[in-house]
Amino acid sequence: MNDNGYVLRVENLDVQYHTDAGTVYANSQVSFNLKPGERLGLVGESGSGKSTLALAILGMIKPPGRIGGGEIWLENTDLVKLPEEAIRQVRGRQVSMIPQGAMNSLNPVARIKDQLIDGMIDHELGLSRSEMNRMVREALEAVELDPQVAQMYPHELSGGMKQRACIAIAIAMNPKVIIADEPTSALDVVTQRQVMQTIGHLQAQLGSAVILIGHDMGLMAQFVDRIAVMYAGKLVELGSVKDTFTHPMHPYTQMLISSLPRLENKGTFNGIPGITPLLREIPTDCVFNSRCPQAIPICMQRVPKLLEHRPNQWAACHLYQSEEN
Amino acid sequence: MRYPPAFVLKRLILLLMIVWTAATLNFFIPKLTPRNPLREKLLEDASRGGYIPPGFNEMVQGYEKKFGLDQPVWKQYLTYMGDMARFDLGYSISNFPKTVGELIGEAIPWTIGLLTVTTALAFLIGTLLGALIAWSRSPSWLNYLVAPLLTLSAIPFYLLALILIYFVAFQWKLLPLGGGYSFGIVPSFSAAFIFDVMKHAILPALSIILASTGGWAIGMRGMMVTVQGEDYMTFAEAKGLKPRRLFFRYAVRNALLPQVTGLALSLSFIVSGSVLVELVFGFPGIGTLLARSVGQLDYFLIYGIVFIIIVAIGVAMFIMDMIYPLLDPRISYE
Repeated sequence: MNDNGYVLRVENLDVQYHTDAGTVYANSQVSFNLKPGERLGLVGESGSGKSTLALAILGMIKPPGRIGGGEIWLENTDLVKLPEEAIRQVRGRQVSMIPQGAMNSLNPVARIKDQLIDGMIDHELGLSRSEMNRMVREALEAVELDPQVAQMYPHELSGGMKQRACIAIAIAMNPKVIIADEPTSALDVVTQRQVMQTIGHLQAQLGSAVILIGHDMGLMAQFVDRIAVMYAGKLVELGSVKDTFTHPMHPYTQMLISSLPRLENKGTFNGIPGITPLLREIPTDCVFNSRCPQAIPICMQRVPKLLEHRPNQWAACHLYQSEEN
Repeated sequence: MRYPPAFVLKRLILLLMIVWTAATLNFFIPKLTPRNPLREKLLEDASRGGYIPPGFNEMVQGYEKKFGLDQPVWKQYLTYMGDMARFDLGYSISNFPKTVGELIGEAIPWTIGLLTVTTALAFLIGTLLGALIAWSRSPSWLNYLVAPLLTLSAIPFYLLALILIYFVAFQWKLLPLGGGYSFGIVPSFSAAFIFDVMKHAILPALSIILASTGGWAIGMRGMMVTVQGEDYMTFAEAKGLKPRRLFFRYAVRNALLPQVTGLALSLSFIVSGSVLVELVFGFPGIGTLLARSVGQLDYFLIYGIVFIIIVAIGVAMFIMDMIYPLLDPRISYE
């Protein structure tokens, strides 16, 4: 099924949360793929479904959440169809996560070393104690932490060190895909830069593909190869960083990029008026139509598909679709 | 180093201060009341005889001299503190010439035996049950246990005790009605005696366990729910850990900390016992002794028991303070 050299391929993924207040469609028809060693940025406002997508790839959607449909191919296995024990073996070993809140992502009552080793034990790598200790040392070295950190508890580390420890855990077993969920949102800009450099450096070294989730467009522009824009649970634009920043296609992306502060027009602040729609029903029209300045009649009638309108630049927008319909 | 000697010393001094304060209060509070236990006791005995003998006041003074009560208060206090330091709690009025120390010494093994076992069992069962109920991967039928556990934790010990006595001991005659051991058996370290003691302890133990398991379970369930929402649980799962490790090493381990504080508090009550359960079962422990001493206005016995309880609470707190850093690395005494 997957002989096209992609390490990860997400196909028409639907994730829903069934709550008492109704069903929330957190991801609908999300499709994208990832080459080995590629860096993909996933941007979108809060509640657009970025973290849900990350959890879905890790097989960690919990009730009341449910994967409603679609496929997630990790090389030649469809993760959606895997039983829990099999997906557990994928987590951490093949697909790993760098968590969002590094401040609280480490077990407060366990030493850093033990938190690195327990993953190795549970993945039954068949390593001896001394081999695992060596891996711990290497992982800490890789994230530029002192080997002494292994013996420390999380509360003895600074925020940046904790985030590095989390990265060490995420890369310890050479995963094929690393999902970094806003890894630097809790850090100051200096630490942020250092941490991003570490991630980039390691990723190049290990050859892992990275999905960087965030809403810092500046950070994305510097770090990723391709950028995927999510809005209200849907992927609305997907393209290279250069294309997306120079000539964004989807009106949402256009507004997102023009809202970035620039020095030449200091004092003005361009936001995007309106709010994200509640994702309570399967949309029958374009989810962005209420906020879109360029909306045309068809936007109220039909859901636009994510199509390749320019080479390697995909967008889900009727503005470019008209000639094909 | 987690226990700097200075800290341990400071904590020990605090323990001594607590005990000293308790002993001092123990000494002065009875002095505040105008009642004179010796006079009352003698009067009671005398009136039983029908008349008050002519030399009654002299007799009271004689006893006061014997107990040292004719001395100035400061001198009494020093004598008393000297006695306390040697754990000499004086004579029991109602059981004279038995000393308070002897009476407590006889009762305390019963209470400690019963309550150590029941507290430990209730803590273990309740905590594990609460953790399992809250765990998101547990089978959903476990949730049906919440209502009965809540109900049990709301029913007082002694009520459960009465229900158990009525059905198990009285109606079905499966177990003895009460007491520590059967009449006619001489206490010894024989198998027969130990078996007899166990048989007598089952119902009191069961009523305490049933009533307190619910409380532990409800508390643990609440903590587990909170812990499962923590970021480190999500990250731990993303590491691909086995469910068993997630449950014990990550969730339970962190949810346990407040439970241990609760355990420390209830351990300190092991010595004071649960008075009502002991009374209902006629169990020969400290609880029964305390109730009897109150009924008989045996001041020295009451003060002795209260003093022992305070010492026990102080010691339990000290032990807990020493154990905490081992459980939670964030606590250290440097």
